Amino acid sequence: MGMTLTEKILARHAGVDRVEPGQIVNVNVDLVLANEISAAVAIGVMRGIKGATTVFDRDKIALVEDHFVPAKDTQSAKIAKLMKDFAIEHKITHFYDVGRGGIEHVVLPEEGLVAPGEAIVGGDSHTCTYGALGAFATGMGSTDIAAAFVLGEVWIKVPSSIKIVYNGQLGPMVYAKDIMLRTVGELGIDGATYHAIEYHGTTVDELSVTGRFTMANMAIEAGAKNGIFHADAKAIAFVEERTDRAFIVERSDDDAKYVRVINIDVGSLEPQVACPHTPDNVHPISDVTREDIFVDQVFIGSCTNGYLDDLRIAAKILEGKKIASNIRAIVNPGSQKVWMAAASEGILTTLAAAGCAVNTPGCGACFGGHMGTLGDGERAISTTNRNYVGRMGSPKSEVYLASPATCAASALTGKITDPRVVQTVLA
Amino acid sequence: MESKLSGHAHKFGKNVDTDVIIPGKYCNLVDPVELGKHALEGIDPEYVATMKPGDIIVADTNFGCGSSREVAPIAIKGSGTGAVIAKTFARIFYRNALNIGLPIFECPQAVEGIAPGDEIEIEPATGIIRNLTKKAEYKAAEFPPFMQQLIDAGGLVPYVESRLANRSGK
Repeated sequence: MGMTLTEKILARHAGVDRVEPGQIVNVNVDLVLANEISAAVAIGVMRGIKGATTVFDRDKIALVEDHFVPAKDTQSAKIAKLMKDFAIEHKITHFYDVGRGGIEHVVLPEEGLVAPGEAIVGGDSHTCTYGALGAFATGMGSTDIAAAFVLGEVWIKVPSSIKIVYNGQLGPMVYAKDIMLRTVGELGIDGATYHAIEYHGTTVDELSVTGRFTMANMAIEAGAKNGIFHADAKAIAFVEERTDRAFIVERSDDDAKYVRVINIDVGSLEPQVACPHTPDNVHPISDVTREDIFVDQVFIGSCTNGYLDDLRIAAKILEGKKIASNIRAIVNPGSQKVWMAAASEGILTTLAAAGCAVNTPGCGACFGGHMGTLGDGERAISTTNRNYVGRMGSPKSEVYLASPATCAASALTGKITDPRVVQTVLA
Repeated sequence: MESKLSGHAHKFGKNVDTDVIIPGKYCNLVDPVELGKHALEGIDPEYVATMKPGDIIVADTNFGCGSSREVAPIAIKGSGTGAVIAKTFARIFYRNALNIGLPIFECPQAVEGIAPGDEIEIEPATGIIRNLTKKAEYKAAEFPPFMQQLIDAGGLVPYVESRLANRSGK
């Protein structure tokens, strides 16, 4: 019996010839990630581990200040400093302070810290993003991360895999985000718990690396342990532009075993919207726009959709226009590099001229931390990944999830809007 | 782990996510007691005020879904909650809860049988859950052997210490 891509990566990192789903293995990791929230707890745990005087490898730990940045208040400053001091003490090579990194999941691939066939764990549930490049990557809590800081290994229960095959050509104004929202809607928010999602098909072959980040990012929204693509020429080129490190490109065997195979034809897929209050409450835009759903805030950014391609789409829709007078729009480029590229292309000016507030990179708005928190009774449409009760602020607020195109179109009208309609008007 | 846990039941539905267990704005806190003051605030702002130390959360499927924030189980533990019984748990929460020593039990029968306010007693060693109000008894799913070893060893930290000791002994 053959093995899946995920099984092969785990077997190699566990130093064994093969693994079976359900088996528990000790996996040597290539990279351990933490942000200031997960690090604050992990550092405390590590200090309590007898004999843990050093980290396993100062080159294989990435620490990114991104959740409450720039520091929201003194408590946020305290945990940011805690992580910075730890980085200095242990001479951590890959430490990204405010203004030098951005959102962890945008930064790590951008800096060449992720390559195909690698095994990565992170103290953030969206660590699964790196599966876009053919790596095994999964999120964990702080105690596990502390253990990984010290040992360079974690115990992992080998997940069985769900194969999803996407075929068909995407219509205008339909993007990777729409495909993934549709997928989460199909699976349900616990439909892939303990499983790996393996993405296949001609549609994803055609997708940009950015689109694959968006899709792998939201694997956790179906409860998956990881989401993974096969690294193709596009993915390999992306990585080789950023690192000289050698890596191994694995492929699932033809006779690999999947617990479930799902076929999704995207040819007739409309833009999708996840309505409050779960990411699997997904509906086609034509259903959602049957009645007017006015919004107070539009948010474009995050580890799901804070990439340059995403900002380009938003800028194209908003260029030369003004956002609706009764709303605010907030744009968060995913990283310092995305910010600079968007600035040099004139995108930030276009968005600002349309009335958008352009922020410094960070996670704050997405999780109700700061820089875009919703008040009682407010409603947002957002390119982020979660819309649980209170996710972006008040428990009495509402969040709709959609693509950058749908969000930008909605910013123009002040209500949830099909971007294909705006496109027609523009044409 | 204590030999017996007991308290009254507080019932919740499906998919209690980490954003409602501990809203994002509190995620810059580290102190379990401070975090505990806001446990489940996003779904039941009265939970902390109405619960008594040792009380037990009883929830439907996929408890703890969403983010990897370890402060979610830390907040529940910090509030004085004795244990969580659910039909199923989300993967990362399950791992985090065991790592920080928040007792959790998977038991669909108990969730079906327990009503809000019922007096519950749990024997962690055997997984026996007793509903003293309804005079019923349920058996929680056993932990996989590896996880039971971790629990018996006192959590992940002693496990890491023993791995470190083995390495330096080589």
